[in-house]
Amino acid sequence: MCDQTFLAATFGPCDNCSKASPLMNIYLKNEPINYCSFCVEMMACQGLQKGETLTSLKKESETLKKKLEEERGKLTDVELHQVAEKVEAVAALSIKTRRVLKGHGNKVLCMDWCKDKRRLVSSSQDGKVIVWDGFTLNKEHGVTLPCTWVMACAYAPSGCAVACGGLDNKCSVVPLSLDRTENLAAKKKSVAMHTNYVSGCSFTNSDMQLLTSSGDGTCALWDVESGQLLQSFHGHTADVLSLDLAPSETGNTFVSGGCDMKANVWDMRSGQNIQSFESHESDINCVKYYPSGDAFASASDDATCRFYDLRADREVAVYQKDSIIFGASSVDFSLSGRLLFAGYNDYTINVWDVLKGNRVSVLFGHENRISRLRVSPDGTALCSASWDNTLRIWA
Amino acid sequence: MQKVVVAMQDPDIGIKMRNQRLLITVIPHAMTGQDIITWLTQKYNISEEEALHLGGMLLRYGYVYPLKEPRCLILQPDESPYRFQTPYFWTSTRWPASELDYAIYLAKKNIRKQGELMEYERERYSLLHKRINHTWDFVVMQAREQLRASKQRRKADRIVLACQEQAYWLINRPPPGVQSVLDMGLERPSSHSVQAALSSDFYKREIEASRQALGRNRVKSSVCLEGFLKYSEQYQNHDPIMQGCLPSNPWISDDTAYWTMNSEVVPVPTRLRVESWSFSFVKLLSDPMGRREFMTYLEKEFSAENLCFWQACEDIRHGESSRIVEKVEDVYENFLAPGAARWVNIDSKTMAKTLEGMKCPHRFVLDDAQMHIYFLMKKDSYPRYLKSDLYKSLLSKAVLPQESKKSVFPFMRRQRHSSPSPAQAVAPATDDDDGRAGSNAAV
Repeated sequence: MCDQTFLAATFGPCDNCSKASPLMNIYLKNEPINYCSFCVEMMACQGLQKGETLTSLKKESETLKKKLEEERGKLTDVELHQVAEKVEAVAALSIKTRRVLKGHGNKVLCMDWCKDKRRLVSSSQDGKVIVWDGFTLNKEHGVTLPCTWVMACAYAPSGCAVACGGLDNKCSVVPLSLDRTENLAAKKKSVAMHTNYVSGCSFTNSDMQLLTSSGDGTCALWDVESGQLLQSFHGHTADVLSLDLAPSETGNTFVSGGCDMKANVWDMRSGQNIQSFESHESDINCVKYYPSGDAFASASDDATCRFYDLRADREVAVYQKDSIIFGASSVDFSLSGRLLFAGYNDYTINVWDVLKGNRVSVLFGHENRISRLRVSPDGTALCSASWDNTLRIWA
Repeated sequence: MQKVVVAMQDPDIGIKMRNQRLLITVIPHAMTGQDIITWLTQKYNISEEEALHLGGMLLRYGYVYPLKEPRCLILQPDESPYRFQTPYFWTSTRWPASELDYAIYLAKKNIRKQGELMEYERERYSLLHKRINHTWDFVVMQAREQLRASKQRRKADRIVLACQEQAYWLINRPPPGVQSVLDMGLERPSSHSVQAALSSDFYKREIEASRQALGRNRVKSSVCLEGFLKYSEQYQNHDPIMQGCLPSNPWISDDTAYWTMNSEVVPVPTRLRVESWSFSFVKLLSDPMGRREFMTYLEKEFSAENLCFWQACEDIRHGESSRIVEKVEDVYENFLAPGAARWVNIDSKTMAKTLEGMKCPHRFVLDDAQMHIYFLMKKDSYPRYLKSDLYKSLLSKAVLPQESKKSVFPFMRRQRHSSPSPAQAVAPATDDDDGRAGSNAAV
């Protein structure tokens, strides 16, 4: 004769995961729920309310997203290429390599122009950061960082310092001095501290603040002088690979793109995610604002580049071609915003007509994938950094 | 996966290109280099150069291999025969090519024809021999077995199989000095952790974000897109890559005249530059010369304090954190305090908010006031400036550079001179560098 059991043990499909298993009869707000023990535990850990199962949340999220797409579609009265029909086609371009900068001993991962339109800084896999005068091909400064894979480098607006970071999870600022005898690495100052690699960095409008993006899924704004964290930006669910500051009048926003296939626009003051775009099918490698600040372009491993309008809040163009099967690693606009230069992993640079959506030209020359592309500040030239250890300046 | 897409092409091509060509023995299902290029050009509507490049990629990644010169993974646009790699060996499968397999392969080669191993292969062979010595008997036995099995095949099959294997190993174990195409760079750790995405928190956040996005004000597409057209059109003449620049693009002609003419301090600015100031207020303010001209104009109008205030606010926003308090106080003294020397006209609501915020000054405390003054200038002073005599006379005096004549000896490169580095000189540069004559002055 066994003891009377007060808990009726039932076996059947779980209300949550529908798997047949022994069910626990529990009560939530006086309502009985039949969950298997696993789901009960999950629910307890995740603080779900009754009826708020993972599937229901997922469904709600998807419905909302669909509704969002519908809303966006309501104001889509015309497409970009239709509007662009009345514009003249871009005349044939004759862009050639004008300079080849040799000197890195390993893959060049990143580069940035100086405001003086001819100098640039580049960083490579072996930890070297070199400042060049692109015009004369002189190497002006060289710093060796103790880490490998320096994936991010940026020139300060004043031209007096460079920032660089990578696998060391830090971003450091190195002041440039003309004194040849000085060891620049000694003056290096660690500014940013992340918990994973630093994928991109950029100075805001002055030498005093640095914005970084990292493999730990966050972006952060730092005060260079004190190394203090001024603001952090959470929202990406995977590595953030790139960021770009908005050239707008108020200059308070920036866009970031990451491995979660999303491009997010952030407010630098509050740390809030203002807008989000999710239409890529793979990691977003690079994001760049249109010169007017009303839109931005992104390059992704799904072999497409896309153009997003911030005011209309949607993707307005996709730049793709059947013959382009390799991922795009970097994008930049020409000065007028009419041309979009995109570097791909098949060693080429494709030049797209932003308005009409067709490809204008292909630039061959590099012998390994392009890691970074930047148009010079006055728009006279384009510099590309590549895994073939060189940088090329095209004009 | 890009590679899968590369692979996808093959079945397509395969359907179209099954012609037979003769090698010494007849190899079925082969095609020439020229065939590949023509097909690619037609199917993707691309140029020959690009087709050559794309075809070359197919080879480099191991989806097509050459029959005549098996070591050379370059696409020749001629009659040389190629074949598709068997899917077993496709790079997209990402099977790790184990040392054991490599050892067996090298052993087979060694046994088959003595001395056919290349130098680097011989080195690796002996290295492997030392490393996996304990399984060496197995390796040699496997190699012998495979060779015996292959002897029973037709010669054509044997050649094909040998070429396939060779191509596979050329890619997975590239000879020294050749870059490995399988080098993908850093692994992105987070891309593998999908489980992080599926928590309830994640969905809750997504829902919140979607709700917020639904509440946004959106602008009609036609309006936005017209904006892009207008912008591109306005700046088209200013875009050196599209329209060229006068006198010449320094990168092409090695002549820095363009930069000298557009530098910050120049007696007569170029016409394009002055024109661009009329495109937008932000363009005017971002050009230091433009800002100075505007300041001069404002001084005439007795409203220069607006621009000064705006500049001071910018300085606070972007300056050192340590000096914020001090700077904010300065601004208050000079611009906001009643009876201040350069009092700016802000509406009472904003003034009250700003004064309240100044009790605990932070970087953005003056933002509202700055915005107010900015839009005041933009709506009022800026349009009047563009109509003013000051601006118009500057525009008429502005220089339109002549296109520089092509040099008589086009192959002679002009000497490229350095420019002063913006980096501050630590000590006065005396005998630092030769070749940088007199250009080491601190800016």
